[in-house]
Amino acid sequence: MQDFAEAFRLAFGLVVAMDADLVEIIALSLRVSLAAVLVAAVLGLPFGALLATVRFPGRGAVVIIVNALMGLPPVVVGLLVYMALSNAGPLGFLQFLYTPTAMIIAQTILITPILAALTRQIIEDMNLEYAEQFASLSVPWHTRIFALIRDARYALLTVLLAGFGRAIAEVGAVIIVGGNIAHLTRVMTTAIALETSKGDLALALALGIVLLVIALSVNAAVMSLRTSAESSSHA
Amino acid sequence: MLDQPVVKPATQLPLAVAGLCFNAGSARLINDLDLVLTGHGVTVVMGPNGAGKSLLVRLLHGLIEPQSGSIQWNGRNNGAATRQSQAMVFQKPVLLRRSVAANVDFVLALKAGSNQARRNELLQQANLLDKASQPARALSGGEQQRLALARALASDPEVIFLDEPTASLDPSSTQAIETVMAQASARGVKVILVTHDVGQARRLADDVVFIHRGTVVEHSGADTFFNQPASKVARDYLAGKLVI
Repeated sequence: MQDFAEAFRLAFGLVVAMDADLVEIIALSLRVSLAAVLVAAVLGLPFGALLATVRFPGRGAVVIIVNALMGLPPVVVGLLVYMALSNAGPLGFLQFLYTPTAMIIAQTILITPILAALTRQIIEDMNLEYAEQFASLSVPWHTRIFALIRDARYALLTVLLAGFGRAIAEVGAVIIVGGNIAHLTRVMTTAIALETSKGDLALALALGIVLLVIALSVNAAVMSLRTSAESSSHA
Repeated sequence: MLDQPVVKPATQLPLAVAGLCFNAGSARLINDLDLVLTGHGVTVVMGPNGAGKSLLVRLLHGLIEPQSGSIQWNGRNNGAATRQSQAMVFQKPVLLRRSVAANVDFVLALKAGSNQARRNELLQQANLLDKASQPARALSGGEQQRLALARALASDPEVIFLDEPTASLDPSSTQAIETVMAQASARGVKVILVTHDVGQARRLADDVVFIHRGTVVEHSGADTFFNQPASKVARDYLAGKLVI
């Protein structure tokens, strides 16, 4: 209990004092995770919508694979990205290893299947409703996909939140490809892992509390946006 | 004036259906159906529940494929190309989760590019111009169906199918829909209307196709059909008797 009390006191102190190191870690965490969500959204949302609306041989197998990839172990992704980006790897010339870019790549790989699989489910349900009308209007497939994404946009906000949650809380992949280098690639989760390994449980807990507050705040902000936008625009 | 009755040239008609069959499992729902429709006006498709009326218009519109038989629009096989010049209003309107105006804009953008004047004209015709910015799904049932009809007309179709568009609507909403239908017909749009409402059929029909057990029992002019129906099943139906 003493540890928890100390953690809360320390967390409160760090936040109130706007500790420079803490702010830097939070900023990098948000930058990496939001960038990964953005890239994954650009890839995963249209791909999920495509899977939901287009029938082709092997579609069932692709759906199963995408669903299975939602459970990708972060350390495995980290290892694969590490191997690809290391000097001996095929993408070593990019010199991305131990940079935030490598962390964004790893998180993008982790969350793209999540966004694609959840998008497919949402769009497929909506497409069941729209399909006959779209067929009647002879809507081209690409217009159909973007129309479905647009009309499902509020539900898809929740999908993006799920992706962001996975990214911001992830540690296994980013610690491998980022290296947890102070002032360069240290994010909330890797800092927590480091402080825990050093035995500084109070600081680790404090960082954990800040991480939770960030996750809660982002969720609350998005859900509030979704609720107000839905009620003021389209039922 | 919103609607100048300029009759459009018919490039889709005549419609010729021959030997049309559609099965669902072991049940034959459309049974060796033959039908020819020529000229403009309103063709009303009537028949008891389960006769195959809705299925027939879906087949004619190319939304589903028959197991056998042929559907030809002015000599062209039914398909995506013929559907381009057609539109359909479903019994339960499927509106996009957008504003009233955006629903019409979606179709205008597909067919001819955005056109605010045309959109406003269509909404005015459907008496929905004052609700243009409202969410489409927040409209009443009658308003939603009027919007669905306005949206269908936005594609400037030569043929429009309406599958019981006024089922469960009140008389005022029904009248509003019928007015828009009549205006479209006066402009030369071929209207193919499925309805159970004998009164509505009497008001609108130029000719009537009566279907029973998946086949056309009778196809005749409206006056002939309502005054001297040739088949016993049609006479029973018009007399309000139970037709199974």
